[in-house]
Formats: sequence, structure tokens, C-alpha cells
Amino acid sequence: MTAPWPRRPRARTVDVIVVGAGHSGLAMSCFLSQSAIDHVVLERGEIANSWRQERWDSLRLLTPNWQSRLPGYHYRCDDPNGYMSVPEVIRFIDFYARLICAPVRTGTTVKSVTVAEDDWFRVKTDQGDWRCRAVVIASGAHNVAAVPSMSASLPESVRTLTPKEYRNPGQLDDRGVLVVGASATGLQLADEIHRSGRQVTLAVGEHIRMPRVYRGLDIQSWLDALGILNERYDQVDDIVRARRVPSPQLIGTPERATLDLNTLTRRGVEIVGRLVGIRDGKAQFSGSLRNHCAMADLKLTRLLDRIDAWAEQHGAGTPTGGLERFEATHVQETPRLSLDLVRNKIGTVIWASGFRPDYTWLHVPALDHKGLLRHDGGIVVVPGLYALGLNFMRRRKSSFMHGAADDVRDLGAHLVDYLSDTAGKKVVRAVG
Amino acid sequence: MDVMATRVDNGVNVEALLGARQALTEAPEAARFKWRATCNWVNGTHSRSTVHSFFGLGAEQSHKTEFGYDADHPEVFASEDKGATPVEFVLVGLASCLTAGIATVAQNRGIQLRSVKATVEAGMDLQGILGIDSDVRNGFDGIKVVFDIDADASKDDIAALVAQSQRRSAVFDIVTNPTNVSVEVR
Repeated sequence: MTAPWPRRPRARTVDVIVVGAGHSGLAMSCFLSQSAIDHVVLERGEIANSWRQERWDSLRLLTPNWQSRLPGYHYRCDDPNGYMSVPEVIRFIDFYARLICAPVRTGTTVKSVTVAEDDWFRVKTDQGDWRCRAVVIASGAHNVAAVPSMSASLPESVRTLTPKEYRNPGQLDDRGVLVVGASATGLQLADEIHRSGRQVTLAVGEHIRMPRVYRGLDIQSWLDALGILNERYDQVDDIVRARRVPSPQLIGTPERATLDLNTLTRRGVEIVGRLVGIRDGKAQFSGSLRNHCAMADLKLTRLLDRIDAWAEQHGAGTPTGGLERFEATHVQETPRLSLDLVRNKIGTVIWASGFRPDYTWLHVPALDHKGLLRHDGGIVVVPGLYALGLNFMRRRKSSFMHGAADDVRDLGAHLVDYLSDTAGKKVVRAVG
Repeated sequence: MDVMATRVDNGVNVEALLGARQALTEAPEAARFKWRATCNWVNGTHSRSTVHSFFGLGAEQSHKTEFGYDADHPEVFASEDKGATPVEFVLVGLASCLTAGIATVAQNRGIQLRSVKATVEAGMDLQGILGIDSDVRNGFDGIKVVFDIDADASKDDIAALVAQSQRRSAVFDIVTNPTNVSVEVR
């Protein structure tokens, strides 16, 4: 057997390694190139890999096209209010990589990152090893679907899927589907599967309700105008909680339709409380549904009040006088507390219950007891290690494409300082 | 009156609670509590329970005094009615837990409370516990809590207060979500 090219016996050396060639990693690559910093971007698959491999067919971005922008590049087309489909997102990121001539090594999976005795990082991949002075983790926040352990208690006749595996209703048998989780993902899948003619039950815990359009403008335009997307991680009361908030219940469609629990109820989806257990083949739901819906409605009202106040001050939006309000979320008098999965012919459970990043390859003391990175706005506790694209990492917009530019500017500047501060020490050690 | 000088005081030491939250985040072991009660049969359906010790912050703790509670069934159940029924204790637990939560959240949000009254009602079909119809559950078929709150806050802020108190309530969680219960004989 021969390798495609001869393995280099010694590790290659570079100043910075960026892990992941999604929009975040590429945005950082752009910054590093402009700062004349020697770096490579290691990518396990192809550019925009998770968009190619782990998205369902009908998905469109939750943000309008005018927000699709990366440092030095933005959407140029005739529909700034549309929402990119998955193939369009792939083309967008792919084109950006070529535009900035990003030094991407595709098909290169990082196996481990350690700190060596000389304080340099050692990055082992399936395509040879690297030494570098700084590592930027841009491998995403959604690597692994958060499947609760109760999944193991499901009856054998029930199949499970995560949103990463789901493509379209054609994958499912004709039996009913239980969708667990009321984020944008949960609602979109519940809606699509219900439209395919299958009976759908949606388990709803804490959620964020938002209309697609308010007073004639996309809700993202309002969030942008009010500065909500720019809110910083060190300016909110409880950042740990803010980072756990599920994605708002939005969908990108040509009709700019609002998708909320009331829409689903009207169409025939059964809304039940948070899934809290599976016992004797029965799914058990929390009796807290009413409160979760009431909280989401109250938060929505607070947001709309804020928007109205801003609009009045600035004369923006269609002048509805701030009276546009949405009906309270309809909850059945006595929502179902349990569902016999076999008797009710449930064929599939879809875990739309969130995601977490995968750091199994990160062998440095940077993780907390829950396996999450210990960092201050993306500056990881291990010197020279940085993160990008995590939920509310530096700003509320950090995990969005349009959030990359500001974060990369902040962290890139810190990284450049780090490299120059440690340059003398490192070089001497490296030579020695 | 100077608004800035108005001090909200619901009698809740929020600083201490926030301090405890911070301390227990850093020492998760100390956050593991055990709550206890002892119940002695008296006669018929009458029993007397006491609550005194508990475990928490890594050590044995106790209430300042031992608290005692008589439980019984009413006369329409051919009992002597020496105390509240056990299911009414559940309602007391839920109402007092939510009410304590409202005071705490209000303090934290700078809302002055003047009065808070919870009225709780739970439905139950006795065909369950009497074994008449196996499709009827033993427990409540629903619980309704109505709050009358007089406070320096808007209607929506009071609604948010009540919503948050449910979100943080132990008893609300206990009654809305299943719990594993093991019962043994020594």
C-alpha cells in the first residue's frame, strides 16, 4: 500500500492553525492573510462541510440575504429579503474561500490538539502533524445532536433520527412522528412532516417566539436596528443562560411566513409539554406547557414593545401605531401528559433537542465539567487558543454568518498581540 | 419623593441568594441537598409527621425547631378529620413554593409587593383511588392556581413574575414532571 504522497517524517510548522473551513474559519483566514500571518485552515471534509452533509433538503437560512456577509464580501443579488437555500449557502461560502485564497487543506481531520513542552501546539491529523503557536477552533457549535439518555428506553419499534440525519419525509415510514424540541428546527420539521400526511406530535419546552415580519419589516431588521444582535456577552445578566437559549421559531420562505405553535396547532400538529421521560413504552410530557407558552408570549410582547418604542422615536416601519400584536399561544385545556408510542403507532422520534460542540480531539485543559470550552468571549483559558462561532460567544450574533466579522476583528487583534508578545520566547525555544 | 431613593423590600435577602448561587456554581457538591420527613401512624387515617433535619452544603443541617403536621381525612370519608388530607399538603407545598418564588423574583427585579394571595384548587375523581374505574388516575386530574397580586408593577411584569416563579419552583417541577419513587420496608 502506498499513501497518496509520501508522509513527511517531521511535523510541519506554521504560526496559526484554524480548525474548520466554514464561514467562521474562513473569515479568520481572511483576517490572518491581511495581517500577513502564516496559517492553514484544516477541514475534515470539504469547504462548508456541515452544510453539505448535515442539513435537511428544505432548509433555508433564518436570516435574510442582506445579512449574508463575511469580511470583505456580501450578498450581491436582486433579492435582499430572500433566504438562502442550502446549495446557495454552500456556493456562497465556497466562493468566499476562493475569493480570499484561503489556505484550506480539505480532507484533513484533526485527531488531537495538545500543548507540547515548548508551549507550541501540536496538531495531529490523519494527513500528518503540525506545530503551531496558536489554534483557532472554528469547527462549529453544533457538531453533535444532544440526544437525551432516555432515548435508550424507547420501544424497539421506534426509530430515532437527529436533525443532522433527517433530509425529508421520504425517509420516514408512514407511522406517526414525535418531534422533541420547539426551536426553529423542531417547528420546521414538525410542519414539513405533518404536511407529508403523517401524524405529528411536538414536545415543547422553553422556546423563543418571533414573527417573521413585524410592521412590514423582517424581524431580523428590527433586531439589527435596535442593536440587539450587537449586545455583548459581558453586558447581559446571565450569559450562561443566554448561551443556552434555543433558536427563535423562524423559517425562511419566499412568502416570509411566520411559523409558530399556533400555525402548527391550526394545521393539526398536537402540541404537548417537554418530554421528561419514557416508561413502559410511553412518552411522558411535562405539565408545564402552559407556563412555557406564557413565558414565550410575554417575552415576545416585551420585544414588540421595545420595537414600537424605537420605531416611534425613529419613524421606522409601517405606521400601525404599535398595535400589531399576535394572539396568545393556544394551549389545549388539558394537554396530553403521556403518549403510548406503540398503541398510537409512533414510528419515529426526532431529537430536535439541541446540539453541542465536539471537543473529543482537544486534549488541553480548556473544558469545564460539562465539556464546554472555558473562554472569555472566545479567548480560551489556554493561551494561544481561540474559539469562533459559538452561541452568543462575544455578541448575540456570534453564531451567525454576519456575526463573524466583528468577532474575527476582536479575536484576530488579540491573536496578533499574542503572537508578537510571545514571539521571542517561542522562537528561541523552537530553535533550541 | 425621589424615585431613586425608593428601596424595594420584600424581606428577601437576594444578595445572599446570589452569593449562594455563585458559591454553589463553583462547588457543585455542596449544592446536593437531601430533604426528609418522618411520619408516624396515630390511629385510623390519622398520622403525625415531623420535619427537622436535612442535609446540604456538605453537612447535616436542621431547622431551628422540629415542625409537626397532622394529616387525616375528613368526616365525609368516615374519618376523624384531625388534620389536612395528604393531597391538601401537596397543594400547600405548591402554593407556598410559588409564593416564595414570587417574593424572591420580585425582590431581584426591584418590584415592591404589597400583597400576594394564591388560591389553589385541584380536581380528583375518587373512582381512581376507590378502584371503580381503572382508567381514572388516583391523583389530581389538574391543578389550578390563581394569584391575586398587588405590586408596583405592570400587568405584564406581574405575569412575568408568576411565570418565572414557576420556572424556578421545585414543587412545580415535582408535580408537573415524573419522579422515580422507591418505597422499601426495613
